Amino acid sequence: MRIKSQKDFFSGLMFTAVGAAFAVGATSYTIGNGARMGPGYFPLLLGILLAILGAVVMFKALVVETADGDKIGAFAWKPLFFIIASNVLFGILLGGLPSIGLPAMGLIAGIFGLTFVASLAGERFHFKEVLILSVILSIGSYLAFIVLLKLQFPVWPTFITG
Amino acid sequence: MDLINNLSLGFGVAFTVQNLIYAFIGCLLGTLIGVLPGIGPVATIAMLLPATYALPPVAALIMLAGIYYGAQYGGSTTAILVNLPGESSSVVTVIDGYQMARRGRAGPALAAAGMGSFFAGCVGTLILAAFAAPLTEVAFKFGPAEYFSLMILGLIGAVVLASGSLLKAIAMIVLGLLLGLIGTDVNSGVARFSFDIPELTDGIGFIVIAMGVFGYGEIISNLSVKEEHREVFTGKVTHLYPSAEDFKRMTPAVLRGTAIGSLLGILPGGGALLAAFAAYTIEKKTKLKPGEVPFGKGNIRGVAAPESANNAGSQTSFIPLLTLGIPPNAVMALMVGAMTIHNIQPGPQVMTSNPELFWGLIASMWIGNLMLVILNLPLIGLWIKLLTVPYRWLFPAIVLFCAIGVYSTNNNTFDIWMVAIFGVIGYLFIKLGAEPAPLLLGFILGPMMEENLRRALLLSRGDWSVFVTRPLSASLLAAAALLLVIVLTPAIKSKREEAFVED
Repeated sequence: MRIKSQKDFFSGLMFTAVGAAFAVGATSYTIGNGARMGPGYFPLLLGILLAILGAVVMFKALVVETADGDKIGAFAWKPLFFIIASNVLFGILLGGLPSIGLPAMGLIAGIFGLTFVASLAGERFHFKEVLILSVILSIGSYLAFIVLLKLQFPVWPTFITG
Repeated sequence: MDLINNLSLGFGVAFTVQNLIYAFIGCLLGTLIGVLPGIGPVATIAMLLPATYALPPVAALIMLAGIYYGAQYGGSTTAILVNLPGESSSVVTVIDGYQMARRGRAGPALAAAGMGSFFAGCVGTLILAAFAAPLTEVAFKFGPAEYFSLMILGLIGAVVLASGSLLKAIAMIVLGLLLGLIGTDVNSGVARFSFDIPELTDGIGFIVIAMGVFGYGEIISNLSVKEEHREVFTGKVTHLYPSAEDFKRMTPAVLRGTAIGSLLGILPGGGALLAAFAAYTIEKKTKLKPGEVPFGKGNIRGVAAPESANNAGSQTSFIPLLTLGIPPNAVMALMVGAMTIHNIQPGPQVMTSNPELFWGLIASMWIGNLMLVILNLPLIGLWIKLLTVPYRWLFPAIVLFCAIGVYSTNNNTFDIWMVAIFGVIGYLFIKLGAEPAPLLLGFILGPMMEENLRRALLLSRGDWSVFVTRPLSASLLAAAALLLVIVLTPAIKSKREEAFVED
C-alpha cells in the first residue's frame, strides 16, 4: 500500500487520533441520554464523528491518485523553534516562573528578549538593527500599553520595584 | 410617520458639535487601538469604558459608538494587512482581504471594507428605526431547535469557505467544535478536558487560537521560504482607492451583504457573525465574471460582502437587545454595562420610557459610522505605508503584539504558553493543508450549539424528530442539505476546484 497523498493521510491520522482521544476522554464524564444530556454526551458524539471523518480522509489518501504525492515537505525547524521560543521567553521574563523561584523581569526585559530571539528566526541577523528595533518597540509599547491604556503589566524587574 | 419622527428625535439629541467631537475622539482612539493585532473591539471598549464615565449619558454612548466602529474597522485593517483576525467576524475578511494586500491591492480592500460598512450601517439604522417593533416577532419564533438548525446551516456554509478538500474542512469544523467544549460545562459544572489545570476550566480563549494559528503559524510558514522567493507582498501598491471596475463588482456584493446582515442580525446570539459567513458563502456561489479574480485569491467581493453583512448585523442586533433585553454579543453586553452606569435600564421599556436616549443611541451609532469613513479613508495611505516596512522588522513586532495581546486579555502568562502551543498546531495545519478558518467558526459555535441541542432535546423529551417537525427548523435543515448537495454535485464540484487552481 502506497500513500497517494501524504498531506491528507497525516491530517486524517491527526483527526482520527484527536477525535478518538476526545471520545475516550468524554466517557469519563456522565453521558446521560438524549432528553437529559450529561457533560459527556456531545463531546462523545463529536469525537466519534471526527474519528470517522479522519478515517475517511485517510482512506481517500490511500486510494485517490494525486499528481505529485502531495508531499508534506521539510519542516522549518529554525523559524518554528525561534518564534515559539521567543514567545515563551517573553512570558517567562514578563511574569517570572514562581515554581522555580525565577522573579518577574517585567515588560521591557521581555520585549528585548522576544525581539532578539524572534529575529534569530530570520535569515540575517544584525545585532545593531535588532537592538534599535527592540528600543523602538519598548518605547512604543510603554507609551501605548502602560501610559495610554494603563494595562496592568509588570514593567520593571520586581527586585528593582520591590 | 413614526420613522421620521423617531429619527429626527434621535438626531436632535445626538447632533451637537460637542457630541460630534466625542464621536471623532472615540473613533480615533478605537481605530488606533483596534489596529493592534490581538486587541479586538471587546478589549478596546473594555479598556476605554472608564474614559466615558464622566460624560453625560448621550455623549458617553456616542463616544462608545465611535470607539466600537473604530475598533471594528481597526480589526478589519489588521485582518487585511497582516492576516490576523482580531475578532470572530473578521475571520472571513482575512481570506480574500489578505490576498488582496499581497497583490498590492490593500488600499481598495480597506476602502471596500470601510464603504461597505458605512452603507450597511445606514441601511441597518433605517431598518432599526422603521421595523424595530414588528421584527421582534421573528426573534420570538426562534426556539432552541431553530437555533441548532441555523448553526448547522452556518457550519455547512463555512465548508465552502475552505479552498481545499471538503472532507477536511468538515473535520476541521468538528475539531473546532470539540476545542470549544473545553472548559466548564454550564449545565453540570463539570470541568471538561481541563486536565486539572485551573486556567483551562474557563476554556481556551478565542484570541489565543486566532493569534496562534493565524499569526504564529503564518509567520513561521513565511520565514521558512527563502527571502528572495518569499511572496509576502508581491504586487506593487498600484491604487489607493478602488477603481471603477472594483466599484461595479463590489456594489451588488455590498447590497447582498447588507440584506443578509440585516436579516440575521435580528437573531440573538452571534447574528452578525453568522451573517458575515453567510454573505461570503453566497458571494462564492455566484458566478465569477470573466477576468474576475477567484475567491480565496483576493476578490474584492469577498471583502465587501462580509464586512457589510457584519455591520448591518450589528445594527439590527439592537433589536433583540432592546426587545428581549439580552445582549446579542460581547460588545453589546459592554454597551449595556455602559448604559447601566448611566442609569439607563436596557430592555423593552427604554423605547417608551426614555425615547430621547433610545433614538439618540441609534443616531449616535450612525454618527460613529460616519466618523469612521471620514477618519479612515484618508488614513488608508498611512496603513499602506506599514506594508513597506521590511518583513524582518515587521515579524518580531507582530509576535510581540500577539504576545502582549493575549497576555492583556487575562493578565495571565498561561495564555502565552497556550498561544505557543497553538502556534505549533497552526504551523502543522499549514503543513498538512488543513484550513484554519472553519476550525475557528466551529470553535465559536461549539458551546452555543451544544446548549441549543440540549435545550431542544430536553423540551422534546429526547425526540430527535423535533428538528424536522418544526417548520422553521426543518426548512433551515433543508437549506443546509441543499447546500451540501450543490457543493457535492460533480458539475459544481469541478467548478469549485477550478476556482481554486493554484496560479
